[in-house]
Amino acid sequence: MGDVLKKLEILAGAAKYDVSCSSSGSNRGNSGKGLGNASPWGICHSFTEDGRCVSLLKIMFTNHCMYDCAYCLNRRSNDVPRTAFTVKEIVDLTIAFYRRNYIEGLFLSSGIVKSPDHTMSLLTRVAKELRTIHRYNGYIHLKSIPGASPELIREAGLYADRLSVNIEIPSESNLKMLAPEKDYPSILTPMNSIHQGILVNKEDSRKFRSAPKFAPAGQSTQMIVGATPDSDQQILTLSSGLYNHQNLKRVYYSGYIPINKDDSRLPVLATPPLVREHRLYQSDWLMRFYFFRVDEIVNDKHPNLDLEIDPKLSYAIRNPWMFPVDINKAPFELILRVPGIGVKSAKLIVMSRRYGRISSYQLQKMGVVMKRAKYFISCNELASPTINEIKPESMKQLFMPKAQLRKKDKLAGQLSFTFPD
Amino acid sequence: MITWSYDKTFEGLLTLVFDCYQKKVFPNRIVGTDNPQPSLFQSDYEVFTDEQMAKRVWDGLHRKVSATACQMLYYAFLSEAKDVEMMILSYMRKAFASESSIELNFGDKDVLELLKLDKKVGREAERIRMFVRFQKAKDDTYYASFDPRYNVLPLVVKHFENRFADQQWIIYDTRRNYGFYYDLQVSSEFKLVDGLVDSATGLLHGSIMDSEEQLFQDMWKSYFKSMCIKERINPRLHVQLLPKRFWKYLIEKQA
Ligand code: SF4
Repeated sequence: MGDVLKKLEILAGAAKYDVSCSSSGSNRGNSGKGLGNASPWGICHSFTEDGRCVSLLKIMFTNHCMYDCAYCLNRRSNDVPRTAFTVKEIVDLTIAFYRRNYIEGLFLSSGIVKSPDHTMSLLTRVAKELRTIHRYNGYIHLKSIPGASPELIREAGLYADRLSVNIEIPSESNLKMLAPEKDYPSILTPMNSIHQGILVNKEDSRKFRSAPKFAPAGQSTQMIVGATPDSDQQILTLSSGLYNHQNLKRVYYSGYIPINKDDSRLPVLATPPLVREHRLYQSDWLMRFYFFRVDEIVNDKHPNLDLEIDPKLSYAIRNPWMFPVDINKAPFELILRVPGIGVKSAKLIVMSRRYGRISSYQLQKMGVVMKRAKYFISCNELASPTINEIKPESMKQLFMPKAQLRKKDKLAGQLSFTFPD
Repeated sequence: MITWSYDKTFEGLLTLVFDCYQKKVFPNRIVGTDNPQPSLFQSDYEVFTDEQMAKRVWDGLHRKVSATACQMLYYAFLSEAKDVEMMILSYMRKAFASESSIELNFGDKDVLELLKLDKKVGREAERIRMFVRFQKAKDDTYYASFDPRYNVLPLVVKHFENRFADQQWIIYDTRRNYGFYYDLQVSSEFKLVDGLVDSATGLLHGSIMDSEEQLFQDMWKSYFKSMCIKERINPRLHVQLLPKRFWKYLIEKQA
């Protein structure tokens, strides 16, 4: 096993740039006293020093790769130590970590060896052995290899909770420039197979309760932000389309980290674009939980997100006619649009106001960030000037200094820096 | 000032509520029977826990508020917060007196405060599920030390029974000095003998640790280290998510 320690160092280090670590969305019971279960909300077991959730054992099967993607540490032309696990090594390690409550499960990806199909079948074998030989019911996320055949994807979906295919680059022309062996069809075809598999499975399990599950936690993808000149509008429109048409569970955004510094196709950045990445997550959050349409967040007039203030505030300032919102009367969806009011607070407000009018003191108690919200609401006794008296143009100034000071930390209110899922 | 005392169990508190209604007396201070400062808070009446009476109060409460709200009171109770008993009593009196459920009236001080305690306790229980680390002992039992702020072990037993159904395990509350032992069938309360566990690190004594345990701990530490992206290091966020009070028993944070 000592050998495995060495491999683990290389193959975990190689996998860390995939930001997804979610273990949620599945609900796999532990039938017949086997090992483990997958909880629908997912559990973080630790946090790295860069503040990311550690939920899964995230490793590569091998970091050997035939491809040469410009943004990747493992590309063919890089001189890095290379190694490969065996199926058994990964299975044993996963189980040992799982039994110690270190992890929720396994996230397995791989460099491409021999062919996309060969690689995909290696990943599938790991999942199959865990499920069938070891009666393991913990979480499994398999990366689908671009270009792998639909049959293999279908088999993988029988054992995995989640499948993902990374888009990486938000436009096809730029993808072709940076990853000459890849194109959108090689990514979208497996994505479609997964989507189809999930749909068919939904139909089947309606008919037969015992129908085997197919990727019950759905599929996700990842895009690298800032490696190409693609705008936020481009990125978020793509995300919105994936949520609506491919039914993706999550889109992850990964601020570009210059790994291959000498590649002239890539930009030179002093630091990774973390604020932009954060704003994209906030926008993604608005689309999924706050009923925002993508063109309300970014559009031809505002193709890029404001880095200084969050997208919800930015929207409010661009749309002053909507405010002030009457806390005691307005519908839930409108209350959600108020900066400083999150989903939880909005629900509390709508429930509590049936018992009587709500005061600003109570709003505070319900978790509303009054420093923000007061400009956008009217309630019983509140007498502060609202956005329309202050003038939208000067609103931004009001929030700027604080936003700049705290931009790396939790932003006050409803959007926090970390998203468990 | 009317002071009543009870045995600090939840059933004891429910019995206390029963007694209140029977005697038509409502204390304004509730203390534990083994209160260390008896001279300060002389108890006027000592409640004797009675399962039947407790059950009647509990059932009665279920007719007034939802099961979720009842559970909230139990969670808040486990917080062991100062005066939580008085808050629960006051909540119940309002619930019993009201025609409709009071549970969503967040304008009410008790409703909101108890909800907050409930959230804190729930969060602490979640932390056990997240941060407990088992070590394998020679006899194949998986052991974990934990030091929770609130008395939340009873809330997580089910979770670990479901998840680790095919291994024997122990989770131990080192602050309250008791734990649960699961023997592949059921789990039961359990007290550890001295000398098996290092109190500073929560680690099993070398003589009873499984021979491969150290290797897996090393692999986990190495994995944890290699997952960090140094360009993104953010110590403030790190301690916010992984509060320092948990570090002592976390394998990956040990030297
Ligand atoms: S195919 Fe994957 S592992 Fe290979 S170079 Fe491209 S991104 Fe890296």
